[in-house]
Amino acid sequence: MYQVAFTTLSVLTLVCALGVVLNKNVVNSAMCLLLCLAGIAGLFVQLHAYFLAFILVLVYAGAVVALFLFIIMLLDMQGGQPWSFRVLQALAGFIAAALLATGLDLLAVRGRLEAGPPLGHAVGSSLKLYAYQLFTTYLLPVQVIGFLLLVAMVGVVVISRRTAEGSE
Amino acid sequence: MTPSLDAYVLLSAALFAVGFLGVLVRRNTLVIYMCLELMLVAATLALVAFSRFNATEDGDVFVFFILTVAAAEVAVGLAIIVALFRARQTVQVDRLDSLRH
Repeated sequence: MYQVAFTTLSVLTLVCALGVVLNKNVVNSAMCLLLCLAGIAGLFVQLHAYFLAFILVLVYAGAVVALFLFIIMLLDMQGGQPWSFRVLQALAGFIAAALLATGLDLLAVRGRLEAGPPLGHAVGSSLKLYAYQLFTTYLLPVQVIGFLLLVAMVGVVVISRRTAEGSE
Repeated sequence: MTPSLDAYVLLSAALFAVGFLGVLVRRNTLVIYMCLELMLVAATLALVAFSRFNATEDGDVFVFFILTVAAAEVAVGLAIIVALFRARQTVQVDRLDSLRH
C-alpha cells in the first residue's frame, strides 16, 4: 500500500519535473512545476511531515507558482519562444545531468545509508514537538529568518522603484 | 511495508539531476529559475527523508527555514528578472551577453 503510493507519487513527480524542463510553453512549465510540487507534498505526507507538506503547498504552490504566472503574464511570453538549443550544448547538458545523477546515486547506494525503521508517532505529538523545537532550540534562527524576509521585501521594493525611475 | 531511505534519496538525486539538466539546457531565464526551485525542493526532500529515518526533528526544522529563504529568494529573483526585462527587452539567456569576452 505504502509502496504503491510511493511509486505513484515519485513517477508523478519525476514526469512533471521533466515536463518543466521539456515544455515549449512557459505557462505549461509553470503548471508542471505545480503538479511536481503537489507530488512532493504527497511524499512529505508519507514521511509524516504533515506540517511541511501544508507549508509547501501554501508557499510554493500558492505563492511561488502564482508569482511565476504573474511575471509570465507581465512579460507577455504566452506564445512561447521556440526553444532553440544547439545540439552540442543539449548533448553536453544531458551528459552532465546523467553524470550528476549516477554520481549521487552511487554515493547513496555505496554509502550504505544505515537507518532503522522510522519511529511512528501520532500526528499531534509530532507537530507539538516541532513547534517546541522551533520556539526553544531554534528561536534565534526564527528571528533571523523573519528579519531576512523583511530585508527581502525592502529589497524588492527598492529594485522595482529604481528601474521605474531609470526608464523615465 | 514502507519504502526505504535509499528509495527517497535516489528519487531526490533524480529530481536534482532533472533540475540541473533544465538549468543547462533551457534558454529562458524564467524556466531556468523554475528549475532552480526544483533543485531546492529535491534537496528538501532528501533532508525530510533523512530526518524521518533517523527519528529526529532537526531536518524538518531546517526545511522550514529553507522554504522561508526560498520564498524570499523567488521574490527578489523575479523582481530582478522584471528589471532586466525592462532594461533589455528580453529574458533569453543567449541575448544577455554584454559581459561576454
